[in-house]
Amino acid sequence: MTVRKSDREPFIHLTKRAPISTLAGLLIRAGAFVVAVLFCAIIVWIMIGVDPLTFLKTMFTGSLGIQRLGNASDFNSFWRIFTSSYFWTTVKTGCKLLLLAVALAPAFKMKFWNIGAEGQFLAGAISAAYIMFNYPNLQPYILLPLMLGVSLISGAIWGIIPALFKAKWGTNETLFTLMMNYIVMKVVDFFFNKWRGPKSALGIINGDSEAGWIRSIWKGGEAAWYKNEDLIFIITVIIIAVLMYYYLRLTKHGYEIAVVGDSQNTAKYAGISVKKVIIRSMALSGALCGLCGFLCVTSQSHTVNSNLASGYGFTAIIVAWLSKFNTFTMIGVSMLIVALENGSALMSNTYNDLGYSIAFGKIIVGVMLLFVIGCEFFINYKVVFRSRKAQKEAVEA
Amino acid sequence: MNEQRTPVIRLKGITKRFGNKVLANDNISMDVLDGEVLALLGENGSGKTTLLNMLSGIYYPDSGEIYVRGRHVSIKSPHDAYALGICMIHQHFKLVDVFTATENVVLGLKEKGGFDLKAAAKRIRDICEEYGFDVDPDQKVYDMTVSQKQTLEIVKALYRGAEILILDEPTAVLTPQETEKLFSVIRNMQAAGKTIIIITHKLQEVLAISDRVAILRKGEYIATVKTSEATVASLTEMMVGKKVELNIDRPEVKDRSLRLKVSGLSCKNADNIEVLKNVSFEAYSGEILGIAGISGCGQKELLEAIAGLQHVEPGAEITYTHPSGETETLIGKSPKQIRKMGVSLSFVPEDRLGMGLVGGMGMVDNMLLKDYNRGSSPLTDKKPSKELAERIRDELGVVTPSISTPVRTLSGGNVQKVLVGRELASAPTVLMTAYAVRGLDINTSYVIYDLLNEQKQKGVAVIFVGEELDVLLALSDRILVLCGGHISGVLDARTATKEQVGYLMTNLPDAKEGGDADDSQEK
Repeated sequence: MTVRKSDREPFIHLTKRAPISTLAGLLIRAGAFVVAVLFCAIIVWIMIGVDPLTFLKTMFTGSLGIQRLGNASDFNSFWRIFTSSYFWTTVKTGCKLLLLAVALAPAFKMKFWNIGAEGQFLAGAISAAYIMFNYPNLQPYILLPLMLGVSLISGAIWGIIPALFKAKWGTNETLFTLMMNYIVMKVVDFFFNKWRGPKSALGIINGDSEAGWIRSIWKGGEAAWYKNEDLIFIITVIIIAVLMYYYLRLTKHGYEIAVVGDSQNTAKYAGISVKKVIIRSMALSGALCGLCGFLCVTSQSHTVNSNLASGYGFTAIIVAWLSKFNTFTMIGVSMLIVALENGSALMSNTYNDLGYSIAFGKIIVGVMLLFVIGCEFFINYKVVFRSRKAQKEAVEA
Repeated sequence: MNEQRTPVIRLKGITKRFGNKVLANDNISMDVLDGEVLALLGENGSGKTTLLNMLSGIYYPDSGEIYVRGRHVSIKSPHDAYALGICMIHQHFKLVDVFTATENVVLGLKEKGGFDLKAAAKRIRDICEEYGFDVDPDQKVYDMTVSQKQTLEIVKALYRGAEILILDEPTAVLTPQETEKLFSVIRNMQAAGKTIIIITHKLQEVLAISDRVAILRKGEYIATVKTSEATVASLTEMMVGKKVELNIDRPEVKDRSLRLKVSGLSCKNADNIEVLKNVSFEAYSGEILGIAGISGCGQKELLEAIAGLQHVEPGAEITYTHPSGETETLIGKSPKQIRKMGVSLSFVPEDRLGMGLVGGMGMVDNMLLKDYNRGSSPLTDKKPSKELAERIRDELGVVTPSISTPVRTLSGGNVQKVLVGRELASAPTVLMTAYAVRGLDINTSYVIYDLLNEQKQKGVAVIFVGEELDVLLALSDRILVLCGGHISGVLDARTATKEQVGYLMTNLPDAKEGGDADDSQEK
């Protein structure tokens, strides 16, 4: 019988690799990162004409440099310089991404693919802004807790709705959570337009009174290093990341989530109410996204618009997967992603006229992430090329 | 007239292994004659489906040759099988629910340009007329009954010009009336010159429909006999083989008292097919009740109904009697509620990693599964689980790199030890096991038998669903035989013979004679 093309062993095939050690895994990942940076440096050199050394230096400055940002000649203490550095910006933006990724952890661990972090974030943000905009005269100790509560609840509701449908009728949570995003984006647009009135933009809310801002807590008091909105944001997020780690590992709820995620049949066998766990975990996931929205409105932006999450609700999915849902690992991964973004942003600020535009910067970040994610594939699989011998045998057979 | 027929398929030395351990088909050589109805008979795991999957291109044999109409062929995919006119109708239908009958039939055909659905529908009608099928080409598949879906699968095969049809347990999902209809269709197809290979466990059906019967046992080919010269007894004997002495202990029953009473239990599966029909029985403490039956005869649903995992039809009663004499009804209770009532029910399900254990967790976390909720603290208490995991590892000899290694990565025998160990640790009063020794080596199997006997002597009511008749006969005190969701008999395992059990497994209750006699003997 003649051998048809399809009968032969394929030229390349993939086999699963035995698990490799943690150290080897770390080295492969670090290696992939170095290769990614060098590869991009060369691309930039060829296409933009910026030499690799300058590229590396600028990338580093823009992401982790402690040079002061902008014109800050009036700063006198180290702390004030530090809190306005590129490094500080990376940390505080990274924390925004981190909190969203941490919020996804309980849902993803349960294999509930919540693609709605962006919407749950905005639900929290717009509710906080609504209270802030309409009741600026409340005392800070009433106004802020009220805003916090409303944000948590609306984020949770935005998470519970798809969970309910999934638990009751088995709807597809990926589509459902995704589409819920667009609803809340339009709600935000509606209020944005309503509140700005004839102005061209909404601008900062309560810019004069600072009502509903985190800093309204210490307004009028003496200055101190810890009276910093960003610091409060960063500390809150890190605490939540750590708590989430232990919630998933040590509590009964965390155990239930892990069982449901592994096998719903086993969960039923053990007497776990699968519906209850799905709804409860999605409430938690949504509430944490809502909290992130609250923190962004009250500490970072002091305003609201439908792009407030800057797409981090989706980027958080990448972070969660790359970290294998381990919230400690998430800290590193989200910082890395934001660092690359910020480094590339400084590149495009500096070399825009040479052709390093914002769009080009995004491509560079994308290429680097592709390397980092791609190496996960090579950690799990081995590529086997068809050997000549096997090929010969196939022809003879 | 069979003598004049030529072999349409000839198998020579077909061997197929799965992994290193399982020899599914061992050097099988047999013929299928042109235009005959050949029944392929064998117990669970005898390799029937594997063999036919190789004919239909789903598996590829490790060694051996296949000849179709005298030509040596190599069947690498279902497409190759189609080209040779071989088509297999699987137990689980491969139809698209939201498509019409016609759309399903043309799906996958490589025609140039668009499909001419009207012409296709007409050809379907012609085929229906020719063979006496009842298929509406415009009906959507989700509107069809199981029998209609099956007919559609057959139409699909004929549309593609199949000359040799393979039916894998076609009657398992049908009512007696539908079975009769299927048989008349098979006869029509035979009259039109088609060759049909049918897998079935039901001896009465084998005798009713086939020309010849080929028997497989544990992957080996035993014989092919003419149906006209076979009897139920001769077929049963060839199927189950001679009795093998296993030397499994069987301690005498002591302190026998009623623990579990099931009456009028009926269940439907996910496809809305009734899989348990009006089942009633009792389980006693200090005794092992074996449950025999061809797989898929309702064993799974029976155990899950008792464990509170299966929705049961109204009218059923499951009553548990505490050792103190109080009674509780278990119907409509969740596993959690059953535990809360103080009923210590242990259950080793068939699907170890999909139901009994969490594959991604280690032994410690798996020990926690049934009582993670103990105590009022929001945190789980892993200390007792860790001790239990270590105890089970040492006492049952579980081979694992560490007690926190995910159990999914352990071998089948070790997984089973972990599961059985956990279930026994909760000091049950009722212990249900489904295929407790499936896939285990001899030594591990004996460890499990000893554990079950130990429980029996402790006064536990043990329900043992098994597949090897020799084991069931050697280990159990009584054997309950299921056939197609009915109880076809309850036998005393000390006196019953392998043939008796084999007969009851393959014969519906309305056709039984021996079963009644044994039943009354038992009482």
